[in-house]
Amino acid sequence: MRRIRRGHVLIAALAAALCVPASGVSSAADNSMITKIGKGEGKLNLIAWEGYTQPQWVKPFTKATGCKVSAKYGGSSDEMVTLMRTGQYDAVSASGDASLRLILGKDVRGVDPKLVPDFKNFISALKSPSHNTVKGVHYGISLQWGPNTLLYNTKKVKPAPTSWGVLYSSKYKGKITVPDNAIQIADAALYLSKTKPGLGIKDPYELNSAQFKATVDLLKKQKPLVKKYWATAGDEIDLFKNGSATIGASWPYQTNTLIAAKAPVKDLIPKEGATGWADTWMISSKAKHPNCAMQWIKWVSTPKVQAQQAIYFGETPANTKACKIMDQLSKGSCAQYHANASSAYFNSIKFWKTPVKACGNGKNDCMDYTKWQQAWTDIKS
Amino acid sequence: MTSQAYEAGGRSLTTARRRLSAALWRRPWLRAIALLLPPLGWMVVFYLAALAVLFVSAFWSIDSFTGKLTHVWTWTNFDTVFTDKTYREIAWRTIWMAAAVTVTDAVIAFPFAYFMARVAGPRLRTLLFVLVLLPRWSSSLARIYAWRLILNQDGALNWSLAKLGLPEQGWAFTNTAMWIVFSYIWLPFMILPVYAALERIPDSYLEASRDLGARNWTTLRRVILPLALPGIVAGSIFTFSLTLGDYITPSLVGNVDFIGNVIYRNVLGLTNNLPFAAAYATVPLIVMGIYLVIAKRLGAFEAL
Repeated sequence: MRRIRRGHVLIAALAAALCVPASGVSSAADNSMITKIGKGEGKLNLIAWEGYTQPQWVKPFTKATGCKVSAKYGGSSDEMVTLMRTGQYDAVSASGDASLRLILGKDVRGVDPKLVPDFKNFISALKSPSHNTVKGVHYGISLQWGPNTLLYNTKKVKPAPTSWGVLYSSKYKGKITVPDNAIQIADAALYLSKTKPGLGIKDPYELNSAQFKATVDLLKKQKPLVKKYWATAGDEIDLFKNGSATIGASWPYQTNTLIAAKAPVKDLIPKEGATGWADTWMISSKAKHPNCAMQWIKWVSTPKVQAQQAIYFGETPANTKACKIMDQLSKGSCAQYHANASSAYFNSIKFWKTPVKACGNGKNDCMDYTKWQQAWTDIKS
Repeated sequence: MTSQAYEAGGRSLTTARRRLSAALWRRPWLRAIALLLPPLGWMVVFYLAALAVLFVSAFWSIDSFTGKLTHVWTWTNFDTVFTDKTYREIAWRTIWMAAAVTVTDAVIAFPFAYFMARVAGPRLRTLLFVLVLLPRWSSSLARIYAWRLILNQDGALNWSLAKLGLPEQGWAFTNTAMWIVFSYIWLPFMILPVYAALERIPDSYLEASRDLGARNWTTLRRVILPLALPGIVAGSIFTFSLTLGDYITPSLVGNVDFIGNVIYRNVLGLTNNLPFAAAYATVPLIVMGIYLVIAKRLGAFEAL
């Protein structure tokens, strides 16, 4: 009996080991550009940020196109890239730090912007931004953008903060919460670029080893002050609701949700400025429902949906026509969410992008994203 | 006509069956294979093969730019696991927590199991059994979230402490919180084997001990504890391994990474680095391997 068992184990292990490389080359990818919208497939699988697929604009979409939407929330850009690579999803609302990785990994298809009638009304900075347009090919259509904000409890945090410095000082020790996300290193770098000009940080995503070390050191000092590194927006909302955290780095979505729940909170863009996101709907090269995905992109680009999403999430629409509808839906919301702001405001936000070795300084000595991820694990441990 | 054919068919079927049983009776090895092949095949294909795939893929790597799998044999992943300070620290933290939870559960479970096995009457015993097992009928996720509500700043515990005039605690999202929650969720896994071991001790042993002049304390120390030890060790296999592999509790009530969290983030999250996750997953496997060898020496498998 002993001999048989050993033989079986060996054979099974060998067979299994041989199966794995075979399964690696599964479904076929189609990297051609989408130039027309065919008949809808009746189904659509999305990966989206929390709050991007609300019933108020998904239900009318399904009614109008017959495409049944099922959405999965991605907690971070890393998670979204990983999920997209499974090939099970048709489209993703990728932020700037994910979009380029997807394009270079040949995970997404080019899209002809002529298929989206509202494209002509987009702000010019988001028509062909470098994070979704490579060599003149549009790998997706821009959606919304906004800043990462400083959120605080107005009853517990006095005086009202004006600087990101509160997240690094011991005044609110044990009451601070920040995102559990390697891209968070950029927030610390942005703070250092203003408070320690000697380091010479120009772009928080382009850090040489000395600048990177100073940033990581700051975050390591922050660690004992942090109550909880939040993983999902819901996590942070929970922390603020039950009083475990009183100040933290946030998205406007959490502020809106907390205010709707009558929590005493406020958010602001501190004087050092803010990092932010510019999202793009991108279609997978393995999409099983590309026509529904194109219909979806067309739908979310229309002024009404852009306005609804902007107000719900608290971000700025790419479509300039949305401003009027925003004010109809909620008075003053167009100005509140900067839908009519000048391009100077857009340029003041340091949008998420993937850190690469060959960065703007021409010296090829920047820390790439793998280094960022390793450093983040190190900071948290 | 038809009935005759039917009978003939039935007869030939019976003969075939007889022949088969005779063949099986004459060759015991054939019988053994026929009996063991289905469960063994299941075990090999779904369990051992999965482990083999895990181990093999630990020797591959990921292209850092596109994040695609590269099928080239390399020791790099294991090198990082064993030499990088961060991963060593996370592994030690996990092992320490598993040990602390095991000791805590043993200390709580022993008197409880003793009461159940040797003091309580049959009706009370049934009631206690139900109470031990009842929480396990609900989702463990719900129970962990319940602990979040208890330990929160404005939670049930601080509310009760304030009513009693005691200072408030700030255990939410600390290692203390993890220790409490782990000890709570794995406690039934310790109580049941200890109960089984204690129930098996014959009354005559205790009487003999008393006849020989031993006091209660001596009887406990020299008769009951040694006989209950295999049960405690058996329970500790569960509490130790379950803590070692858990990642939900640390992510919900803690604020630091465990081995499981690193694996999770490497599978879904950070660059999809499956090979590294596989390499790191061998750490708890090795730790448990050593643990099981020690447990077997202490006679835990006879107590299960």
